[in-house]
Amino acid sequence: MVRVLINVPKQIHANEPFEVKVLISHPMESGQRRDQMGQAIPRDIINHFIATLDGETVLDADFFPAIAANPFLSFSVVAEKSGTLALTFVDDHGVTQTELTAITVT
Amino acid sequence: MKRLVLLAVAAMSLMGAGDRRSGYDDASADTRAMQDDDAANPAFLWVQQGESLWSAAEGAAGKSCADCHGDVSAMRGVAARYPAFEPKHGRPITLEERINLCRTDHMGAAAFAWNDDKLLSLSALIGLQSRGMPVAAKAQEPFLSEGAALFRERMGQLNLSCAQCHEERAGLKLAGSLIPQGHPNGYPEYRLEWQGMGSFYRRLRNCMIGVRAEPFAPDSREAADLALFLAVRANGMKVETPAVRP
Amino acid sequence: MTLPRRRFVLFAACVAVPPAGATPAEVAALIQALVGDAPLKDGLIHLDLPVMVENGNAVAMSVSVADPPSPVEAIHVFAEGNPLPRVAVFRFGPRSGAPRVATRMRLATSQTVIAIAKLRDGTCWRDSVDLLVTLAACIE
Repeated sequence: MVRVLINVPKQIHANEPFEVKVLISHPMESGQRRDQMGQAIPRDIINHFIATLDGETVLDADFFPAIAANPFLSFSVVAEKSGTLALTFVDDHGVTQTELTAITVT
Repeated sequence: MKRLVLLAVAAMSLMGAGDRRSGYDDASADTRAMQDDDAANPAFLWVQQGESLWSAAEGAAGKSCADCHGDVSAMRGVAARYPAFEPKHGRPITLEERINLCRTDHMGAAAFAWNDDKLLSLSALIGLQSRGMPVAAKAQEPFLSEGAALFRERMGQLNLSCAQCHEERAGLKLAGSLIPQGHPNGYPEYRLEWQGMGSFYRRLRNCMIGVRAEPFAPDSREAADLALFLAVRANGMKVETPAVRP
Repeated sequence: MTLPRRRFVLFAACVAVPPAGATPAEVAALIQALVGDAPLKDGLIHLDLPVMVENGNAVAMSVSVADPPSPVEAIHVFAEGNPLPRVAVFRFGPRSGAPRVATRMRLATSQTVIAIAKLRDGTCWRDSVDLLVTLAACIE
């Protein structure tokens, strides 16, 4: 389980796009680095990210080693009514993690 | 001794209030933007961990930080006055060392290693409570003068002193990178170079290895002297913890 | 050995030698495979990256398509000078508020980064930024 920080605006209005910001604590080991002994440190990254709102896709992203450590993502969402934003990411080991955030439409 | 005091005074006067630049001022617009937005500042991943650690009971005493200190907002102003003298160690100690003392003396918990993720998280959380406040470290002798002397002492195979880069050549470039004045007002900070969080000690260690010197131990008198000297040198500047630096 | 050796050590520690990796030709081939027969034009998509990068480990990048004539299905980002040519692919779904994303990427050396937007009407749009990296990311 990696730490995730999700920022959603306090005021969300129906059918008005709003920005969601996500920070994920992950080294995103590129596979390019070498350790003290000169051995290549194997690649170990989050390679897939998907955001859905009540099951409907918002953003579906493929990440490659060029995405920086502790990945940051900012994207636009539009909601008709209050619901649940689910952020799911998968790493190179196939481990999946999902974080849920309530979206409250005023 | 008098010469050391004069050295310290000279060191202070070289940095007139208007001449001081935070690492923030020297960073690129994008790096500054990363620091300015708490939602985009990776350091807040550590602050978040710090928040859960603050209220987690640990150690033989079964206490959490919150049990003694209450809400973390009570820590307002605390980080700003570190390093501070601690009679137990007979020298100034850093905030990280204070956290460890709390753990060993009041919680019955083991001290964290100097680069432990959890220690950085707590330090970042507590430091955040002082954000925006002026650095207010107490000028304690003989440590301050010792630190001033160390700042000017040539070290390592490259035979360079801190002052040669961070005072004489601050604002100039070292292989394309701007040399900052080296104020510790943002620690612990997220350094892009580290791709992670680090304390002032981590940076000091990097610098010393950079000039091919044997780095001072984290609990050494020298490290404490330098930490205090640099904090006092930055007195009045705003605490930026948790900062973002290149 | 005194000064000359010290100068060399300092210089060597600071020089970044780019590793063998992606090339502009490789990226062009990937883009060609992506675009196929569809028309590829400059414009519409905007790739925002700083021209001067002080540390290649984390560079703020954003891509956006303002007022697309047809919905944007995906945005692909490539780096011509990184060890690997691909950076990310962003696909926008029905709950997306706008075809724009901001993230942070790694840059191994000074190079050109290219973003391609594929629209539902079949058209493809391109933007690129040439950057100068003073402290590289992928070399340790």
